[in-house]
Amino acid sequence: MITFEHVSKVYPDGTHAVHDLTFDAPTGKLTVLVGPSGCGKTTSLRMVNRLIRPTSGDILLDGESTNGMDEALLRRRIGYVIQHAGLFPHRTVLDNVAATPRLSGASKRQARLIAGELLERVGLPATFASRYPWQLSGGQQQRVGVARALASDPDFMLMDEPFSAVDPVVRSQLQDEFLRLQREIGKTIIMVTHDIDEALKLGDQVAVLRTGGKLAQLATPEELLTAPADAFVADFVGRDRGYRSLGFVAAAPGLVVRSEPSVPIGSSVEDARAATDDDWLLVVDERAHPLGWVEPRTLRAPISFSDLNLSGTVAHRTGTMRHVLDASLSAPSRRGVLVDEDGALVGSVTAAEVVGSLAEIHAAGVTTGGTAS
Amino acid sequence: MIDYLLDPAHWTGSDSIGTLLVQHLIYTGLSLLVAAVIGVPIGLYVGHTGKGTFFIAGVANALRALPTLGLVILLVIVIAPAFASELAFVIPSLIVLVLLAIPPIMTNTYAGVRAVDAAAVDAAVGMGYRPLKVLFAVQVPCALPLILSGFRGATLQVISTATIAAYVSLGGLGRLIIDGRAQNDYDQMLAGAVLVAALALLVDLGIGLIGRFAVSPGLTRRRIRATAAQPVLATTATA
Amino acid sequence: MNLDWIVRESDSILVLLVWHLGLSVVPVVIGLAMALPLGWVAHRSGAFKSVVLGTTGLLYTVPSLALFVMLPSILGTRILDPLNVVVALTVYTVALLVRTVSDGLDSVPVETVQAAQAMGYRTLQRLVSVELPVAVPVIAAGLRVAVVSNVSVVSIAALIGTQQLGLLFTQGAQLRFLTPIIVGIVLCLVLAVVLDGLVVLLARRLTPWTPRAVHA
Repeated sequence: MITFEHVSKVYPDGTHAVHDLTFDAPTGKLTVLVGPSGCGKTTSLRMVNRLIRPTSGDILLDGESTNGMDEALLRRRIGYVIQHAGLFPHRTVLDNVAATPRLSGASKRQARLIAGELLERVGLPATFASRYPWQLSGGQQQRVGVARALASDPDFMLMDEPFSAVDPVVRSQLQDEFLRLQREIGKTIIMVTHDIDEALKLGDQVAVLRTGGKLAQLATPEELLTAPADAFVADFVGRDRGYRSLGFVAAAPGLVVRSEPSVPIGSSVEDARAATDDDWLLVVDERAHPLGWVEPRTLRAPISFSDLNLSGTVAHRTGTMRHVLDASLSAPSRRGVLVDEDGALVGSVTAAEVVGSLAEIHAAGVTTGGTAS
Repeated sequence: MIDYLLDPAHWTGSDSIGTLLVQHLIYTGLSLLVAAVIGVPIGLYVGHTGKGTFFIAGVANALRALPTLGLVILLVIVIAPAFASELAFVIPSLIVLVLLAIPPIMTNTYAGVRAVDAAAVDAAVGMGYRPLKVLFAVQVPCALPLILSGFRGATLQVISTATIAAYVSLGGLGRLIIDGRAQNDYDQMLAGAVLVAALALLVDLGIGLIGRFAVSPGLTRRRIRATAAQPVLATTATA
Repeated sequence: MNLDWIVRESDSILVLLVWHLGLSVVPVVIGLAMALPLGWVAHRSGAFKSVVLGTTGLLYTVPSLALFVMLPSILGTRILDPLNVVVALTVYTVALLVRTVSDGLDSVPVETVQAAQAMGYRTLQRLVSVELPVAVPVIAAGLRVAVVSNVSVVSIAALIGTQQLGLLFTQGAQLRFLTPIIVGIVLCLVLAVVLDGLVVLLARRLTPWTPRAVHA
């Protein structure tokens, strides 16, 4: 656990970067610090490994005060990931990752062995080991940065905007992979971001800071969406809070799923027209995975891929209500397609049914935290 | 050495310290002027058009490696016979001085123009400035700090080389050193050396001052007088 | 060109060449050794930086011949002592390289330095194994300038009589004889090119990690 106890940072010119900050980052959990620029979130993060010294207060690692600790030794116990990775340009990818175990006293050989394993773990092929950082894309560099932070097997990790220097597609991919990784390794992490969506997606708990380094609210992502502490938090969390909070509501077991008629791709016009009376018909592949929708009336030849309307999203039966509602709103038939764990068609629900089910959940007061989308 | 400098006999007559100093300044000024007339337009052209970059870099490197003393002597021996009397020594020396002053002026002018924020140039073109207007209204003012530092380098080079050229009978403060060496008069040599060093430092300082007034405060980031209430500490630190 | 003269004088020319080489290289080695700590201090502290760079900049403005002449009275050496030349060129080299080392260390990406600090490198450890290696391209560029200009400046010491290739120039001037002058210029150029090439090669060996384009 990382504990902030009345931590403040005042600069010589009198500006309060962080003001009397007190909170816990629980063991094995990911705590996100989020807020507008100038809210002191990065300063707070950097006070943990004493890249910045607090003016007053104390930060404890598993109950042990960091005041007066040998700074270099303290930092070797804490993994650190930053925005542009900060790789050593003069070392190969492998030796970049090996640097942290080397600092902790591992032999060169041992360190490289560990580094090799970690590269694999963050999804980099072994052929990358001998490359230099400039030969890597931003996303790949960031993976190396994460591998390097993990290579000394620290109990704690600090991440400063780790995914914000890459394009949105790569970012979301890195986030997903990191979530998966964190579920395996369970480090105690504090992450800083300015992106509320990233905070809600990744955080087990989110600390919203306001300008001047004051804690506005510390809560789970779901609580932030459903019960923001004040106007500042509500405004910062942003629009569509109601809809986004559905991302934390598990698809209700009681949701009535109707069976949805479907035909395999390549079916004849006659078969398609015979399958349904509705304007829209679902098309699946040979494994019963939904592919898209067709209008049987307009078909002139056996169903081909070019006939498909692809606007509808597909929700997992065990996913969140946000996915289910989105599936129903996005399908041209207005029926949201549900699939099982293997991606095979289960059936469909309408938006009205989803909303009805939400009302029941609300009435029963059961909101179970699912994973954010 | 102090005695030498204080001796009134050394301050009068046709080879007095004053005369030598004036000669040194004239050679320096003249060489710089000619070098600027040649070097600045070439630097501007290459910087503005991007043509001939390779040429500029090559010339700068080659001239840095050339031993100036050898060059001065070689030129004097080769071209002196073409001129009559006094000019036989002055002209070849001046040619060398000009040759040595051109590269720093040329390369820095080029580098300065190149280093101007591309967005500013792009904006100027987009606003409808013609090429020459872009050059003189945007690129040159923005490149001024580097151009001036080129002049600074060239000036030091010329003052230094003019001293050496005393060996081939050029006038100027170098005479004191060369003649002192010939007469085994160390005091005279030292006096010359100190004067040359002082001249170089003063001229360098002067160019630094010119730069402070000529370059737009928007580039040097120094505060303008309007905010006189605040201490203007940052202004003194322009290297 | 008088080839007979060259053949006849080849032994003494070789001696001058070796002297020239020594007088050019030794100051660079000493100068670099002094510039590394000074440049590091300049890089670390803003106030000290302007003092260090200001002082070294001032030293750099002193014309070489003047410095050669002034040093005996400061060092207590004889005017012909080669030590004067070594000290003078060391002064120039330090003046040039302090800025270069400081710029080189400034050129290390902030993220890299921060990452090293956060990983728990101690200050000296970080300087030696991260910052200096990354600063090599910039420092090498400054070293090239220092080496090449030293070769040129050394020859000026011929005016006070120090042994090196510059003596060929004064000899030629006295005899009104072009051959030694041309030989001297050519050897100076060759020496400069060779030493420059050695610095480039050394830098390349030290930086296998740079994109090739940087060397072009």
